[in-house]
Amino acid sequence: MARIAGVDIPNNKRLDVALTYIYGIGFTSSKRIIEAVGIDPSIKVHELTDADISRLRQEIDANYTVEGSLRAERAGNIKRLIEIGSYRGMRHKIGLPVRGQRTRTNARTRKGPKRTVGLGKKKVGKKG
Amino acid sequence: MARSLKKGPYIDEKLLEKIEAMNDRGEKKVVKTWARRSTIAPEFVGHTIAIHNGHKFIPVYISENMVGHKLGEFAHTRIFRSHGGKKAKETKRKD
Repeated sequence: MARIAGVDIPNNKRLDVALTYIYGIGFTSSKRIIEAVGIDPSIKVHELTDADISRLRQEIDANYTVEGSLRAERAGNIKRLIEIGSYRGMRHKIGLPVRGQRTRTNARTRKGPKRTVGLGKKKVGKKG
Repeated sequence: MARSLKKGPYIDEKLLEKIEAMNDRGEKKVVKTWARRSTIAPEFVGHTIAIHNGHKFIPVYISENMVGHKLGEFAHTRIFRSHGGKKAKETKRKD
């Protein structure tokens, strides 16, 4: 068990996969980090020496924004848009797509599960 | 698609001219504009610009955070009055 970047404890997976369990590190940046530190990406995390781990930690601390600070940064960006009263901020606030997508259909990622309005649901009930 | 960096930001020339003239004289007046597509330049900060929304001019105070956005982002063109119910119908045609 290794503790890198605060709370994250990646398990006995390959090192390049284990690093992607950290918020803000995907496969690409994981490979980059491993290359910069100079470890074999295919070894399992439990095979790492303490020195390896501390070098990984240093590399991530120095060059990457991860976990809490990354979340704070993203939230800050959105908050800024809302505060200046921009159209994009408004869309964030009311939970609709921000980048001009259609909302007549789809957009379910932003809008959440379907809510049927008015007669829609009753008809289904009568038929059944 | 984003605008080519080679061209630099699009800023409405007449608006910039007016605002620079005001900066030189140190005055602050509300400027009416239809140039919603214009990027907000650093020179605009501190002025109030009345941006057309297709219906009327919405006065917007330009703060430092707004630099780099377009003017149109701050004058919304649609009013949403919530779906369904009697209330929505009543308030529909106001404004």
